[in-house]
Amino acid sequence: MSREGGRPPLPLALPAAVGFVFLVLPLGALLVRAPYRRAGTALFSDESLQALRLSVVTASVTTVLALVLGVPLAWMLARSDFRGRSIVRAVVLVPLVLPPVVGGVALLLALGRRGVVGGPLFRAFGWSIPFTSAAVVIAQLFVAMPFLIVTVEGALRGLDGRYDDAAATLGASRWFTFHQVTLPMIAPGITAGAALCWARALGEFGATITFAGNYPGTTQTMPIKVYLALETDPDAAIALSLMLLLVSVVILALLREKWLRV
Amino acid sequence: MNVSRRRAAALGAVLLLAGCAGCGKPGDSNAELRAGRVVVFSAASLTESFTVIANGFQARHPDVDVELVFGPSTELARQVVEGARADVFAAASTPSVAPVIKAELALGAPRVFARNRLQIAVAAGNPARIGSLGDLANNGVKFAQCAVEVPGGAAAKTLLDLARVNAQPVTYERDVKAVLAKVRLGEVDAGLVYRTDIRAESKTGRSRIAGVEIAESMLAGNDYPILAVKRAGDRRAAGAFVEFVLSAEGRAVLVEAGFDVP
Repeated sequence: MSREGGRPPLPLALPAAVGFVFLVLPLGALLVRAPYRRAGTALFSDESLQALRLSVVTASVTTVLALVLGVPLAWMLARSDFRGRSIVRAVVLVPLVLPPVVGGVALLLALGRRGVVGGPLFRAFGWSIPFTSAAVVIAQLFVAMPFLIVTVEGALRGLDGRYDDAAATLGASRWFTFHQVTLPMIAPGITAGAALCWARALGEFGATITFAGNYPGTTQTMPIKVYLALETDPDAAIALSLMLLLVSVVILALLREKWLRV
Repeated sequence: MNVSRRRAAALGAVLLLAGCAGCGKPGDSNAELRAGRVVVFSAASLTESFTVIANGFQARHPDVDVELVFGPSTELARQVVEGARADVFAAASTPSVAPVIKAELALGAPRVFARNRLQIAVAAGNPARIGSLGDLANNGVKFAQCAVEVPGGAAAKTLLDLARVNAQPVTYERDVKAVLAKVRLGEVDAGLVYRTDIRAESKTGRSRIAGVEIAESMLAGNDYPILAVKRAGDRRAAGAFVEFVLSAEGRAVLVEAGFDVP
């Protein structure tokens, strides 16, 4: 009998079905209640498109930065032995459990005009980070990079260490082994991590509005637009949410088709 | 004890029981009231002042329980229309009582009992030396206001337009608290908020925020209307509460909180 044959046992199938319904119900409600007739005007206003563009661009920049910084960090956590590694891992995971608004306040205290690092920068060069698109990326990076790190570290741990050993016995340096052996083998894990990171950055709200503020064109991302639309025009908010949902589903599906055939 | 007044109350009760809608004249605040309960829906910005007013009312009418429900005015109006038990409704703007009037649930015309004006919030000591609304347009001055989707932001926009001050905020925050937080952290030099918000902030003691009066503030602001709800459980008590808010005692509390009173 094949592994996939037979009926799944009830103690697994029942909770699985309940879990699925729980996840799909709110999304279904969004689809059922969507004001399709009016959706067009809300979706294709200049401000909505501007917010959507800002969201997609910032989330993509965030993901690139997360790859550049996060993959090496994941490798350090999985493959390198250094003192305080468990503490570093715990710290890296903190943004996952921190309420995003608190993350935004923490970013202000660090990088704001009177922040620990932002203060000296402001006094020396007159640089002020909050209320800029760069602040949007920073907020998203803080919240979303841990998703990439956790995923990539998991992929690295799942990889048989003997490949590294084999490469080493053949005389490869650790750096050569990393980019010629390890990296290709964990590529699916990296893509999955990047996709998660991108999706989380696209939906980021709390840290962004707290640290970067809200101004059309520079810091008003789609989730912020949705939140404010809810105050005056719930229909428009639903339409905008659907658009955000659609964009992320399409992009994640494309990624899955192309790179995630595991 | 005035017997004839008691008799009048009894007669009023009989008339109400007989289903004589609209003949019960709301009582004045000194009338003797039967034991009962008054549920007051009031705008969140009235939290401090209405708590004091309710205590004053109960001191005068020990048998009447006042139950205060605070929330955003538009949300409260929606709840009243949808049948929530509310005897009195006090809102933070005239448009927000419109749905209640349209649903013919108001007992008589709403009466304006307070008016809120805008003020400029600055960090204590006013480091950026903001002295007037026009100063917000100065080069290098950063200020925050609420998003135009919420009442405070709409008032700020109206005020800047009518005063012909061509100033752009760096951020449209989601509510007054977020604007004040940005001022407190020094990320902006000033914030446009209601006078009562700054007054409430300075009452918390070690305040890091000061208010700068705006000469043009009368150009924009919110009228606060109050009304007794038609299906109130006890119309006399509801009417008495409305009268109490409008009385010298109620007005004194509102003035103390930073409101203008008619």
